[in-house]
Amino acid sequence: MSNNTYDAIVIGSGISGGWAAKELTERGLKTIMLERGKNIEHITGYVTANKDPWEFKYRLSRSQQMLNDHPVLKRDYVLSEANLDYWVNEHESPYTEVKPFDWFRGYHVGGRSLMWGRQSYRWSDLDFEANGKDGVGVDWPIRYADLAPWYSHVEKFAGISGSKEGLSQLPDGEFLPAMEMNCVEKDVSARINSQYKDLRKMIIGRTANITVPHNGRTNCQYRNKCALGCPFGGYFSTQSSTLPAAMATGKLTLRPFSIVTKILYDKDTKKAKGVEVLDAETNQTYEYYAKVVFVCASTLNSAWVLMNSATDIWPGGLGSSSGELGHNLMDHHFKCGANGEMEGYEDKYYYGRRANGIYIPRFRNIGNDKRDYIRGFGYQGSASRSGWHREIAEMGIGADFKEALTEPGGWSMGIGAFGETLPYHENHMYLDKTKKDKWGLPTIAIDAEIKENEKKMRVDMMADAKEMLEIAGVKNVKTYDTGYTLGAGIHEMGTARMGRDPKTSVLNKWNQVWDAQNVYVTDGASMASTACQNPSLTYMALTARAVDHAVSELKKRNI
Amino acid sequence: MGGTLIGMDYLVSGCQNPAAKNVSVLFDKDHVKFLDEVGDTIIPKTKTPGAKDVHIGAFMAMMVKDCYKADDQQIFMKGIAKLNDECNKQNGKDFLACTPAQRTAFLNALDKEQVAYTKTKTEDQPNHYFRMIKELTLLGYFTSEPGCTQALRYLPVPGKFEGSIPYKKGDKAWAT
Repeated sequence: MSNNTYDAIVIGSGISGGWAAKELTERGLKTIMLERGKNIEHITGYVTANKDPWEFKYRLSRSQQMLNDHPVLKRDYVLSEANLDYWVNEHESPYTEVKPFDWFRGYHVGGRSLMWGRQSYRWSDLDFEANGKDGVGVDWPIRYADLAPWYSHVEKFAGISGSKEGLSQLPDGEFLPAMEMNCVEKDVSARINSQYKDLRKMIIGRTANITVPHNGRTNCQYRNKCALGCPFGGYFSTQSSTLPAAMATGKLTLRPFSIVTKILYDKDTKKAKGVEVLDAETNQTYEYYAKVVFVCASTLNSAWVLMNSATDIWPGGLGSSSGELGHNLMDHHFKCGANGEMEGYEDKYYYGRRANGIYIPRFRNIGNDKRDYIRGFGYQGSASRSGWHREIAEMGIGADFKEALTEPGGWSMGIGAFGETLPYHENHMYLDKTKKDKWGLPTIAIDAEIKENEKKMRVDMMADAKEMLEIAGVKNVKTYDTGYTLGAGIHEMGTARMGRDPKTSVLNKWNQVWDAQNVYVTDGASMASTACQNPSLTYMALTARAVDHAVSELKKRNI
Repeated sequence: MGGTLIGMDYLVSGCQNPAAKNVSVLFDKDHVKFLDEVGDTIIPKTKTPGAKDVHIGAFMAMMVKDCYKADDQQIFMKGIAKLNDECNKQNGKDFLACTPAQRTAFLNALDKEQVAYTKTKTEDQPNHYFRMIKELTLLGYFTSEPGCTQALRYLPVPGKFEGSIPYKKGDKAWAT
C-alpha cells in the first residue's frame, strides 16, 4: 500500500493538470499525475512535426477511413492526417448527444495542451462581476484582484507574447515581445482605432508562443505547425513546460493509461482518501492514496469522475449536493463574422508563418453601450494573400494558368467573433449507465444548446465585423454565419462551478469541492461564466492559486 | 478551388455509401498514364516541372480510391472514358493521340464547361468529372516537392516573421 501513497494526486495531464503537477511538486509534495491515455514524449513523440507537405499521403485531405473512424471530429477542421494520433478513439469512448454537441477530446499525456489555439487573455472584473450584476447563474466568488497575481505567476513561466494596451476589459499581463501585424493588419488596426476613438481596438493576438528564448525553450520559428507538437518548444504545452519542471523536482510520478474511475471518499473524515484507477491496457484496478486530489480531467470528464464517486452517500456523486454538478455546461459560440478583399498592397508580402492573428477585445455592453442581449464577444482574425487554392476561372488550364498560380493572389482580411455563452441550469451532462465505453464504464450524455441571448448576439457578431472592415477600407465585405453547435469552440466550461454558497455551487472560492475539501477542481469545470476570452490562461491561474491554497491548508492541517 | 475539395468534404455528416466499390481494381496502368497526360496538360512543364513529373496520375488514382465517396468515384471513373469520347468527337482521335496544342484547346473548352456547370449546380447535382481532375491535379502538384520548392517558395523553418516585405510581379508565392 505504501507504494501507492503520495502527498497529492492529479487527475489529468492537460493544461490544468500539468500546472497542478508543477506547482505541487515544486512545493515539495510527492505527486502522481494520472493520465487516461498514452504517453507522448516531448519532441520524439511529435512524429509528424518535421514532415514536409508532400510527406503527408493525402496532402492533409481526409480519407473515407478517417471520416468513418471520426464521426465527431470530422465536423470541424481538427480532423487532419497531420495529428490524427492526438485525438480520442471515438469508437472506444462514445458519448451521447441528446442535443448536438461537438466534443473534441485528446486522451494522452498533455491532453489538448498539445493542440490548443494558444490565445491567452486575462479576464477582468467586467467578467467576474457580470453574473452577480445580471442575476445570471451564481456570482463568481472571486474578483480580478484575487487572480491578478496568479495570472502574472503563470504568464511568467508559460511565456505569453503580446502588447500592453491599457484596456480595462482586457488587462495587460507579463508579456514577452509582441508578434508583428502584417502591413494590411497594421493599417486596418490604425483605421479602426482612430474611427472608434479607442472604444474599439484591434491589437495583435496574445499567444502562448514565445518570441524570445524562454526557460530553456527555443523561441517560435514561425512554422505554424503547432498542432503537430513543437520540437522547438515554441509554444506552451504540458510537454514543453510544466511536465519537465515537475519532473525536475524528482517528486513527480507520471502514470499513463490510468483511467480514474472514482474518487475514494471517507465518510468519517469527510475527505477523499485517494482514487481508484483502471489500467486502460491491462484492465487491472488499483487504488492510490493522497492527502489532496486535484481534478483536472477536462470539463466534462472532471464532472464524470465526480458523478461516479461517493454515490452511496450522494446518489448524484461527489459534489452533487447542490444539484449543480454536471449542469451549466457552456462554451464559446462562434463561426460568424465577415471577410473581404483589400486593394492597394500588391507590392507587399510577408515572411514566415505567424501562428497568431489579431484580436479585437470586447466592446459591446461596456460603458454606455446597451444591446438587446447581455455580455459580448471578441474577434480573432488576420489578413493574408491567397495562394494556389484560389479560383482563377478565366485562366482555365495550361502554362499561363500554372504560372499565375505560382504567384500570390490578392489580399483578404477576415475577422470572426467568439461570444460569451450564459450558464443555463438545464444545459447539462449526465451519466448514461446503459451505454458503456470500451472499459465497461458509464458514458456521458450531453443535453445542451445555445439560447436567445447567444442568438441575438450573433446578429451583432456579423454586423459589427462588416462595419469595422468597411470602415477600414476592406472591399466586398461579406458576412457569414456557418452555424454553430455547442462544444465546437472546444472551450467546454461550467459543470462544477465555483460559487459562494454550497447550495448553489459545487466548488468554493478556492476551487475546493464543498462536500470534500481536499478535492480541488481547477479546470474548465470550475467556471461560473465564460466571458468571451479564451479560457485556458484562467485555468492555469486558478490551478496555481488553488495549489497555493492546498499547500497552505495542508500545513495548517485544515485538510 | 476554395477550401473544400470534392469528395473530401469537411462538414457533411451523412452516412457513407455502404455499397462503395473497391476502385483499386478500376484503375489500371492505362488509366494512370491517361491521367498523367491530362494532368500534365493542366499543369505543363515550363521552367519548372509539370504534373506528370510528380506522378499526378498515380496520385489522382490513390486519392479517388481512398478519399472519394462511392458516387464521386463512379463519376470520376466514367469521366475518364467520357473525356476521351468527347475528345474523339471533337478531334477525331483519342486524347493521347492529340498534339499538345489540341489537348490544351480541348481541355480549355472542357474547363469552361465545368466552370459554367459548377456555378449553377445545386448541392444535389453530381460534381463535374473535370473539376475533380483539375482539383486533384492542383492539389497533387502544388503540394509535391517540386511544386513546393520549384514552382513555389518553400521555407521549412522560417525562423522569423516579417509583416511587410517588398513584392514584385513574378516573385513566387509561399508554398505554405
